[in-house]
Amino acid sequence: MTPRKRLMGLGAFALASSLVLTACGGGDSGDDSSEGTSTGIVTISNGEPQNPLVGSMTNETEGGLVVQQLYSGLVYYDAEGVVHNEIAESIESDDNQTWTITIQDGWKWSDGTDVTAANFVDAWNWAAYGPNGAKGAGFFDPIEGFTETQGVPEFDEEGNVSGMAEEPTAETLSGLEVVSDTEFTVTLNQPESDFPIRLGYSAYFPLPDAYYDDIEAFGEKPITNGPYVLEDWQHDSEINLVPNEEYNGPRKAQNGGLDFIVYTDENTSYADLQGGNLDILENVPTSAMSTFEEDLGDGAISEPSASFAAMTVPEWLPEFQGEAGLKRRQALSMAINREQITETIFAGTRIPATDFTSPVIDGWTGEIPGNEVTEYNPEEAKSLWDEANSEDPLPDDYVLTIHTNTDSDHQAWVEAVCNGYINDLDIKCEMTGYPTFDEVLNERDKGPDGKVNGLFRAGWSADYPSLQNYLGPLYSKAALAGSNDGRYESDEFDAALKEAAAAPSLEEANTLYNKAQEILFKDLPGIPLWYYSTTAGHSEAVDNVEFGWDSMPLLYEVTKSE
Amino acid sequence: MLWYIGRRLLQVIPVFLGATLLLYGLVFLRPGDPVAALGGERGLSPAAEIAIREAYHLDQPFIVQYLYFLKGVFTFDMGVTFTGRPVVEVIAQAFPVTFQLAIMAIVIETVFGIGFGLWAGVRKGKLFDSTVLLWSLLLISLPTFVIGFVLQAVVGVQLGWLPITAGRDPDFISLLMPAIVLATTSFAYILRLTRTSVVENITADFVRTARAKGLGRGKIMTRHVLRNSLIPVVTFIGIDLGNLMAGSIVTEGIFNVNGVGGTLYQAITRGENVTVVSLATVLVVVYIVANLIVDILYAVLDPRIRYA
Repeated sequence: MTPRKRLMGLGAFALASSLVLTACGGGDSGDDSSEGTSTGIVTISNGEPQNPLVGSMTNETEGGLVVQQLYSGLVYYDAEGVVHNEIAESIESDDNQTWTITIQDGWKWSDGTDVTAANFVDAWNWAAYGPNGAKGAGFFDPIEGFTETQGVPEFDEEGNVSGMAEEPTAETLSGLEVVSDTEFTVTLNQPESDFPIRLGYSAYFPLPDAYYDDIEAFGEKPITNGPYVLEDWQHDSEINLVPNEEYNGPRKAQNGGLDFIVYTDENTSYADLQGGNLDILENVPTSAMSTFEEDLGDGAISEPSASFAAMTVPEWLPEFQGEAGLKRRQALSMAINREQITETIFAGTRIPATDFTSPVIDGWTGEIPGNEVTEYNPEEAKSLWDEANSEDPLPDDYVLTIHTNTDSDHQAWVEAVCNGYINDLDIKCEMTGYPTFDEVLNERDKGPDGKVNGLFRAGWSADYPSLQNYLGPLYSKAALAGSNDGRYESDEFDAALKEAAAAPSLEEANTLYNKAQEILFKDLPGIPLWYYSTTAGHSEAVDNVEFGWDSMPLLYEVTKSE
Repeated sequence: MLWYIGRRLLQVIPVFLGATLLLYGLVFLRPGDPVAALGGERGLSPAAEIAIREAYHLDQPFIVQYLYFLKGVFTFDMGVTFTGRPVVEVIAQAFPVTFQLAIMAIVIETVFGIGFGLWAGVRKGKLFDSTVLLWSLLLISLPTFVIGFVLQAVVGVQLGWLPITAGRDPDFISLLMPAIVLATTSFAYILRLTRTSVVENITADFVRTARAKGLGRGKIMTRHVLRNSLIPVVTFIGIDLGNLMAGSIVTEGIFNVNGVGGTLYQAITRGENVTVVSLATVLVVVYIVANLIVDILYAVLDPRIRYA
């Protein structure tokens, strides 16, 4: 069974050729010798990448989309999130801990040099080494020797990193070893059954030898091995890619090139799509949420995405500790009318959550024992809350607060949730707003010393299609220094994750990850809210537009006649 | 006159220092941590965080960061953005587009504002006058983004007369719609200013004298009425040039013009202090120069005003 439900089909690809628009913008697609491919240049809405165009330096979607087109890694994901080999010939392990990776012959960089096993090992070592400051460094954490490449940080009294107490003792990861030009081995700290799934993420992309000659210049004009190469990057305006002639892999470009147009206002890109100036719109603006399916017809796309939203209940709040605390957590979860909020506030573009992951991930099941708390049940909620109060009374002036940044569209649903609490639980509830996202982050990171004295909003998107990628980073003890901002600690949960990571097959691992979720539902460190949808659109000039599990279009497939 | 200009230019130095210090202080005081924001939900590894802080001098106290910035200004090397682009390059890319847009808007609002205002003033109380006054009131009360989106949807998307967005390397035609939107509010102000002054001057003694000595109507209008009516209008245009350069964030967003407004907005949300202050500094200089030009124009328009 595929867990991926298409809410809106993409079936009808008729009559596009009569409405073809001339390709605008730069890039000489010219004489493409390969047969069966279209030659039009596809335009895509995007934001300005905030990092150099290097896989391990990029952690935001704007740059991520471009980087995915420029580089090829060991594996790639198809639209359903299923992993296929790209450069890898095989990725094998007997114990899920020592992996032997062989790569195919014949892959080339756009400067003509060969893609070798060393290109992977060197790139990973460079990204992992702390002082290089790569934003994707954390992805190498499972590999043996990672801590030695990080050094020991020093913290000031507020818990912020203030300097290095000890410099790193190693420049390279001891767990990586080049065996030959086409083979290398990876030793992990502990078994990780989903390791091959992770390798399609951009942090694991290889880099050519030329990278280390001039790192700064490289990010502006990279030498790459993916389906496309960079032709021109006019900052804040346009990025032009042309098909890579050296590329012979499974993601061969089916169009004459890609032009990423940088927009600062989503309403503007929507107007351009309607006016025929844009082929693929990555995000439908909030203002058009209720009308876009009508406006765009066959070009409208709405399907579940890998993003998940929850409210974290911080462990440091006394009223949510112990038996009474657990009852309060359950009451708060049951008093949210997810159906109604997703329908009225989000016009059906979010889907009520029934677990802590996302329906697009392989292994997802909506049927985790204990997930009844995600069903709206105001009577039960009220009686649980009252029970908790009789065991452990709250002060009369108790006000529940929900902390969120207000620079995005969070205010509306927080108010809706609060109103639900006021009506169903008969308590006082208020939103504590922060103007920008980094301010909430800052306060959350300070834990009990910060200003967060209530629930806070937590959103999460997977980097690779694996259940582990939700559960580990958000709720494991290992992530206490990272993104486990609610400071949930459970030996039972950690042991369950470990068992799943060591499972001999992915299917067994998924079963075990879902078992681990039962513990989360028992403890409720967070209250699942909803899954996000990908809401996007495309013009009539392009065909074969598919969005992947990660809400990114599979651009190499798109066809457009000239 | 030259002496006056020289003295005014010298005043730029303390204004520059004061403005940048203030700006830098304000940006510095903004709560939140830009480096934490770079990591997103996932967070950066501590070593990466330290490396980034060092690279941008964010580990230094406020005054040291400010001195680094000043050093950058005087060596034309203001450092790099978080993407690794030199800030100087960002400025060089953003300003020409915005400047072109601002000049187009100024020309539109001046030509139409003064023209309509003069005509309305001469025909005070007539139908044309009241219609124009009503319309100008409407334009002043409409927020820019409403005019922008409506014009874009109608003229751009539905009728297809003008390009919907400016995009890369915008030309005159693609900047026309944003320029009109930018000009609307100021056009209404200039119209009203001109009209009021014209109404006042048309009954002034010197106009009566001119008429009494038999001067033609056209000459009276251009040489006496209009010239004397322009002083408040010129003051307004001078200030408006600065506003148009800095305040076009909304319009630039709607029409996807890659100018100062959008760049500034993004830099603020990202917490890129150096970019914010550098762009704002250039804006401060633009303001100062525009006001200097206005002051000099006074003397041209009205010989009674002299600078020594």
